Amino acid sequence: MTVVVRTIARLLFPVALAFGGYVIMHGHLTPGGGFQGGAVAASALAMVLVAFGPSRLKDKKGLLSALESLGGTAFVVLGFLGLGVTFFANVLAGSHGLFGRPVPYGPNPGDLNTAGTLPLMNWAVGFKVLAGLGAVVLLFALFGGEDDR
Amino acid sequence: MSRWVMLLAFAVAAGFLIFGAVAVRPFGDPPRAEMDGYFNRFSQPEVAANNAVTAIVFDYRGYDTLGEATVLFTAVTGVALILRRWRA
Repeated sequence: MTVVVRTIARLLFPVALAFGGYVIMHGHLTPGGGFQGGAVAASALAMVLVAFGPSRLKDKKGLLSALESLGGTAFVVLGFLGLGVTFFANVLAGSHGLFGRPVPYGPNPGDLNTAGTLPLMNWAVGFKVLAGLGAVVLLFALFGGEDDR
Repeated sequence: MSRWVMLLAFAVAAGFLIFGAVAVRPFGDPPRAEMDGYFNRFSQPEVAANNAVTAIVFDYRGYDTLGEATVLFTAVTGVALILRRWRA
C-alpha cells in the first residue's frame, strides 16, 4: 500500500490495540467483553496486514498459536476453579479478595475490582479471539500470495 | 413456470414477514418475564458484575461460552488445515 496508508496504519495500530484492551478490561462494567475486545484488537492486526502485507507478520504465527492455546486453557481452568460448587461457578465473586469486591443493587460507578472470575475470563477469551481471528486473517493473507508493493 | 414458483415463494415469505411485523408483541412486554426479572434483580448481588450481559454470558451461561470458544477454535483449526502450504 501507499505511504499514506502505511503512516495512518502505523498511527492507528497502538490506538486500536489499546481500545481492544480497554473493551476487554471493562467487559464486566460496560458493553463489550472478551469477544468484542478481541475482535477489535484482531482488526488492528488485519489493518497491519492490509497496509504492510503478510510478510510483516509471517514469523508471528507461533506467538498467535501460543496466545490462542493460553486463552483457551485459562478459560477452562477458570471454569474448573468453581468445581467445588458447579462447573463455572464464580468462586471469586464477593470473596473480598482478587476481583472480589461486592456490588450493591442498582446503578453504580464502575469498579474494576469486582465480578470475581469474570474479568479473568474476559482476558482469556479476549486473547483467544484476538489470536484466533488474527491467525485466520494472517492465514488468508499468506494464502493470497506475496506482498504487493 | 419457475417464475410463478418464485413469485409464490416470494409471496409466502413476504406474508410471513408482514404477519410477523403486525403480530409482534409490544417492546418491553415479554410473555414470560420471570427469567428477565431474576437476571435484572440478582445479577449484581450474586455475580457482582455491573454488566448483566457479561454476568449471563460468563457466569450463568458459562458453559455456553465454552462451546462458543470451541466453535471459534474449530473454525481456526479448519482454516489452518485448508490454507496451509502442503509440502510435496
